[in-house]
Amino acid sequence: MPKLTIDGREIEVEAGMTIIQAADQLGIEIPRFCYHERLAIAGNCRMCLVEVEKMPKPVASCAMPVGEGMVVKTNTPVVRKARQGVMEFLLLNHPLDCPICDQGGECDLQDQAMAYGADKGRCQEGKRAVPDKDYGPLVQTMMTRCIQCTRCVRFISEIAGTPVLGGLGRGEHLEITRYVGAAVSSELSGNLIDLCPVGALTNKPASYTYRSWELKKTESIDVMDALGAAIRVDTRGNEVIRVLPRVNEDVNEEWLSDRSRFAVDGLKRQRLDRPYVRKDGKLAAVTWPEALAAIADRLKGMAGSKIAAIAGDQADAEAMVAYKDLLTALGSVNLDCRQDGAALDASVRASYLFNSTAAGIEQADALLIIGSNPRKENPVLNARIRKRWQKGGFKIGRIGHKGDLTYKYEHLGETASVLKDIADGKHPFFEVLKAASRPALIIGQGALSRADGAVLLGLARKLADSAGLVKDGWNGFNVLHTAAARVGGLDLGFVPGKGGRDVAGILDGAAKGDISAVFLLGADEIDMAGLGQAFVVYQGTHGDSGAHRADVILPAAAYTEKSATYVNLEGRAQQTRLAVFPPGEAKEDWRIVRALSDALGKPLAYDSLKAVRERLAKASPAFAAIGEVAPAAWGAFGAEGAVGDGSLVSNIDNFYMTDPISRASKTMAECTAAFGGGCNHKHKKTGTHG
Amino acid sequence: MLRDSDRIFTNLYGLHDWRLAGARARGDWDGTKEILAKGRDWIIEEMKNSGLRGRGGAGFPTGVKWSFMPKTEGPRPHYLVINADEGEPGTCKDREMMRFDPHKLIEGALIASFAIGAHAAYIYIRGEFVREAEHLNYAIDEARAAGLLGPNACGSGWDCEVYVHRGAGAYICGEESALIESLEGKKGQPRLKPPFPAGVGLYGCPTTVNNVESIAVAPTILRRGASWFAGLGKPNNTGTKVFCISGHVNTPCNVEEEMGIPLKDLIEKHAGGVRGGWDNLLAIIPGGSSVPMLNKQQCEEVTMDFDALRAMRSGLGTAAVIVMDKSTDLVRGIARLSKFYWHESCGQCTPCREGTGWMYRMMQRMVTGNAELSEIDLLEEISRQIEGHTICALGDAAAWPVQGLIRTFRPELERRIKERQAKIQAA
Repeated sequence: MPKLTIDGREIEVEAGMTIIQAADQLGIEIPRFCYHERLAIAGNCRMCLVEVEKMPKPVASCAMPVGEGMVVKTNTPVVRKARQGVMEFLLLNHPLDCPICDQGGECDLQDQAMAYGADKGRCQEGKRAVPDKDYGPLVQTMMTRCIQCTRCVRFISEIAGTPVLGGLGRGEHLEITRYVGAAVSSELSGNLIDLCPVGALTNKPASYTYRSWELKKTESIDVMDALGAAIRVDTRGNEVIRVLPRVNEDVNEEWLSDRSRFAVDGLKRQRLDRPYVRKDGKLAAVTWPEALAAIADRLKGMAGSKIAAIAGDQADAEAMVAYKDLLTALGSVNLDCRQDGAALDASVRASYLFNSTAAGIEQADALLIIGSNPRKENPVLNARIRKRWQKGGFKIGRIGHKGDLTYKYEHLGETASVLKDIADGKHPFFEVLKAASRPALIIGQGALSRADGAVLLGLARKLADSAGLVKDGWNGFNVLHTAAARVGGLDLGFVPGKGGRDVAGILDGAAKGDISAVFLLGADEIDMAGLGQAFVVYQGTHGDSGAHRADVILPAAAYTEKSATYVNLEGRAQQTRLAVFPPGEAKEDWRIVRALSDALGKPLAYDSLKAVRERLAKASPAFAAIGEVAPAAWGAFGAEGAVGDGSLVSNIDNFYMTDPISRASKTMAECTAAFGGGCNHKHKKTGTHG
Repeated sequence: MLRDSDRIFTNLYGLHDWRLAGARARGDWDGTKEILAKGRDWIIEEMKNSGLRGRGGAGFPTGVKWSFMPKTEGPRPHYLVINADEGEPGTCKDREMMRFDPHKLIEGALIASFAIGAHAAYIYIRGEFVREAEHLNYAIDEARAAGLLGPNACGSGWDCEVYVHRGAGAYICGEESALIESLEGKKGQPRLKPPFPAGVGLYGCPTTVNNVESIAVAPTILRRGASWFAGLGKPNNTGTKVFCISGHVNTPCNVEEEMGIPLKDLIEKHAGGVRGGWDNLLAIIPGGSSVPMLNKQQCEEVTMDFDALRAMRSGLGTAAVIVMDKSTDLVRGIARLSKFYWHESCGQCTPCREGTGWMYRMMQRMVTGNAELSEIDLLEEISRQIEGHTICALGDAAAWPVQGLIRTFRPELERRIKERQAKIQAA
């Protein structure tokens, strides 16, 4: 461990670190543009020059490894002069359009120019202009502002694994561009905006709509996929302007998928902002008491066994526990949170978690992916897998569709029979897993929601047991969820009680008339035609398929409009925060259920959010430890039987549209048109594409 | 003056056969096996004792550079890369060596590869050198057929292959780490140092990058002994060197001379003197376009070696002597060089990318005097803002000619500006 002195302060750091990292540890700020701690070192902006004793020239602190006894000075006349020189050069061809630049107010160049910039330019020559590039519907380019730091190039090739950007030309003519004909079709492209230290790459859907200092910033949690990435919701008035990732090393590092970032315009469209009741076949706007009375009216005297509830993919835990309690009070055990019919069972917690944890996947040394496309189902988690793969010594096998996951893997086959072979130890990949010290598998919802899902789950468990995926301090059995609500639902047992019906049973019963009333808690992904003549109450945010079928609509708050608990795929309970108020008369989900329980004459035992959360903590200890992950106990689960035919495919058909919010988003529609978004197949253009 | 018997490049002018038979007649490939038999350590020690300093411009001792390579080959192979991307304006020595004495280079490549533990040597040759690449390839084939290269080269038990890779015409690819990038098939942009190529070079493996001349003189040094080479020239600036004399001299030429020869002697004896006589001399750029120029007074005093030119705040560089007589528009000349560096900047790091263009445009205005007097200082300051702040030495190379001009011929710049201002006022 070399010891060095920076500005007279001694520090001992790990060998191989660079001066800038050591300075960061000491809290000594060194300005930088090209350096980013998660990207390869480029050393090209030259802003981080420092003086090191015994070195003839100022050195780039981002690229210079620390050495024993090094004496570094970061604030001397020589250093200041060097940085002022670099700043002058950077501003030479940078337009002075800060007043209309979206980066204004949060621009590294602007900030550093305050420290190292001159009050006026000395250059009389003309400025260079660079043609803008088309990076698709998400990233706005203004390439004249580019300072060629190459952060975007490094991110897209290293982290995202889609090397479509590069520098063209040289000298002053160096332009960052995408390769000819290639779209920036990464699912992580929005991170380019965060990484760009200037206003060259900005948020296209939100362009020219805000100034950063006008925005109110609320720290929250993403629910567009099951990862539960840490986000910051930036709002102005009662409008969500943009969503940015926050740093959470355990979950999303500092990345965010494009859907999570850009689908927020869907929060403003197709919203349910008042209750409706279907009268004479048409939905009519009513008041809350009228809507609740309509429900009470229909449910009066109805046997509990004829009532059912289905929770959707973005339902929060508070609402689910309230519904569960309400249905229990009504005498029903027909409830399910698995819209897609995934064969997950709530009894063994380890059977439905991503047990290795997101960060833990970096410890794995062999991986089997079963019926999943992590790149589309969870791009940020996929970037972790890629990060692990880049380090080498990581064999990956995949059963399912072939396709680019941004890393190399061995395609073992399409059908479930391959999984059976591996689980039986008859396939060479079994030996790969067995030989690994920390083997892992990822089983996707595409596999679990098949008719033989329980058998596949059983095979995966058998494989986990026989190949040593579960051992002391390591559990490599991972279920990759796509729904933010799913783990929370399973944790609090939002599954059929004894003799109860699951989703298929509810639909079957509704068609046959055995089920007379169905509560849909934001459930839009079921077959609405299957609900038959049942009385349908839809509680949700958007005028999606559920609302179209509903007899009563109860408008609810979206994830940016409430403080609610979600459990991510690792089993980590996290809470969103209210950033804006729900539109119109929409209300927090659990409050709606609470009011409904009153109308039905079965009042729930809690009146405050605090009380609901206490109830949650009783349902599962996971809800008591916010932000933490506890290892789940291993157990027996899954079924035995014959595996079916057919390829294992991912359950995400279009990455850009998976839920009511993203389906209502114009930006996501543009992305679907531009990138296809297809996961199992390429979307072909049809005649209506012009 | 260098005696003929001390010349290394005896076919510099192409008067004799350049092929294997001719090369052997001149003493190449003589006793190579015996040299190799003396072992790695002996070769490196001998090279160190000879005092040979790298002939590519920076003047780093070649033997020391070789000694930086790991002593034993680890899991990563070692590589020798020979920099034949001779692009420095005014320089044309490597071209002649490869065209007329390719076997010197190839024999040197074998010996150097052996000394650094490499089984493969790459000659990265400037793309425009078509004939030279052909000659090299022909010579490699000849040497291979004669058992001098390839498996068990020269019967030494050492396997060594030499490959010729043609560049695509970028000046920056003559910078060793950009050359390595280019050789790997990437865009030619210099790498950050550290790590140095001896640790992490070509394909991430230990690599030594040497100039053509440094490698080509090695066999002769080892044959005739380090003390012979060290006895030539001056202390710390030993041996012979090929000088390229161009510009306003009566007989421009390449000539091999002892290090430390007075510049005036070099020009008078070998290049037929300055056009119109010594008194017609205006300035000389002594080491290729990248080094600051010298005025007539300095040219009379200086000797051609690393240290003496350093003391004059210039440099030996590639020893390309560019002579300019009084008919020269110096400012325009330097403006043209500024344009060259602006054009050849790779664009990777800020000071060079932005600064070379600024300097070039100011220099263009200086040519006609379309500037303010204060801008001369500004120009100087900008050159200092570039110098020493970049990843590679191209920033320095772009700055020095301008600094040299201002230091040596500031009155000329002022005269142009004042004359133009007077003209405007009169109108």
